[in-house]
Amino acid sequence: MQNIISIKTICLLFFLVSILSFANKEKHSEELNVKTEIKEYINHHLLDSYDFSLTSYTTDSGDHKYIGFPLPVILWDNGLKVFSSSKLHHGEKVAEVDGNYYKSYHGKIYKTDASGTINYDENHHATNAKPLDFSITKNVFTIFIIGLLMFFMFTRMAKSYKSSALPKGIGRGLEPIILYIRDDIAIPNIGIKKYKRYMPYLLTVFFFIWIINLLGLTPLGINVTNNIAVTLALALVTYFLTTFTANKNYWGHIFWMPGVPWPMRIILAPIELLGTLIKPFSLMIRLYANITAGHIVLMSIIGLMFIFKNWLGSSLSFGLAFALSLLELLVAALQAYIFTMLSALYFGSAVEEPHHDH
Amino acid sequence: MEKLINEFSIGLFFWQLVLFIGLVLLLRKFAWKPILDAVEKRESGIEEALKSAEKAKLEMQNLQADNQKLLQEARAEREAMLKDARDMKNKMIEDAKGEAQEQANKMITQAQAAIESEKKAAMAELKNHVAGLSLEIAEKVVRTELSNKDKQLKLVETMLGEKSLN
Repeated sequence: MQNIISIKTICLLFFLVSILSFANKEKHSEELNVKTEIKEYINHHLLDSYDFSLTSYTTDSGDHKYIGFPLPVILWDNGLKVFSSSKLHHGEKVAEVDGNYYKSYHGKIYKTDASGTINYDENHHATNAKPLDFSITKNVFTIFIIGLLMFFMFTRMAKSYKSSALPKGIGRGLEPIILYIRDDIAIPNIGIKKYKRYMPYLLTVFFFIWIINLLGLTPLGINVTNNIAVTLALALVTYFLTTFTANKNYWGHIFWMPGVPWPMRIILAPIELLGTLIKPFSLMIRLYANITAGHIVLMSIIGLMFIFKNWLGSSLSFGLAFALSLLELLVAALQAYIFTMLSALYFGSAVEEPHHDH
Repeated sequence: MEKLINEFSIGLFFWQLVLFIGLVLLLRKFAWKPILDAVEKRESGIEEALKSAEKAKLEMQNLQADNQKLLQEARAEREAMLKDARDMKNKMIEDAKGEAQEQANKMITQAQAAIESEKKAAMAELKNHVAGLSLEIAEKVVRTELSNKDKQLKLVETMLGEKSLN
């Protein structure tokens, strides 16, 4: 009862605050600027970037200054083109490499002329040619760093087992998680006989998603798992592992469903086949959408602090942002768990032994 | 959806796939396998230790039961030995008593026989002695008596009379 009342009070306060801020018409245009700036900032945050910038500020003369370091840009455009992202100047200047001109626009590199003209179609999409882009972007760099971190963390843990039966240091915290994944995710879903084959993937994918989600909550401005390319790559690995390790029973259930009359089998086959694709597709979308939504909501609420600009609204936004951050901490682990759990479930269905009860 | 496709980056996809698969393979070899093996080894070790502890406990119990049995057997044996010894003692005492009695009886009979023979001998000697004495006395009496004639006749007469009475 107490909780409901307090929630109601908070809602009421929010309502009052929004009325108050709308009533203040003089500030309206300024607020609009702030709002668009926040929106752009959020959009920018959600995109990948060619350099690792932690933050940026605008000098008095109107120049954008970035704090961070450049990363290599690797393009395939009639030959390999490698240059530092500092040449792109965050999309503000045209980079000239071997007589070709490139410009980054909305997180993508386009081939332009010397003056950097971007042509648009009627939907305001750039129509310039896009070279094949294998750049070490901020996200690729982060993935690489996470990979290194995980490699050192877990090889250290593995070494600590050589001297004693109990893990030392960081392994003490990690071992229960590894055991949880083995005993409560892998074994119940895949079965005691075949779970070992999938353990490396399940453990890696869990820790990878978890750590990278947590890193997205730090003020470093990293967000890897809200790129559809990343979640697609992860889901594809699950899909291919399921498909290539599946046994006869699994394919039998897809193409010739046992226990139903034969016309139904013909109808069911394409549905089941589509199902095998929908499963990894749902993995991809779920992870992507959850993390993206979390980032957008969290950043919007942080942005609210700058829109309200009064002690009540801003502090309430701060409290809300804090509460949401805690929730996002849970979501970070939960999404990693769900991805691992569902992958294990799909693997389990792929290696399931036939039951003789139908 | 269009935005998603537009945002999709082949490069990021490629790097994620390569780095992630590389990470899985590297971790499988250098981390997951040793970790899982070590954990499994430890778990089986614990299980075995528990089992052997249970076994040792059972053995201990068996041993204790055995000990108890042995103790009981030993006690019973001691009891039996004591009983035997007691019986033996009683028997020996009994035997000794019987033998002694027999010996005593024998000695008594021997003594009695000896006494008897001695008595007889003594009696015989006494008789002889008495007979000698009597003869001597009789000789002396007769000598004195027969010193006068009358008395001699009288004696003959009494003696005769006695004879006839017989």
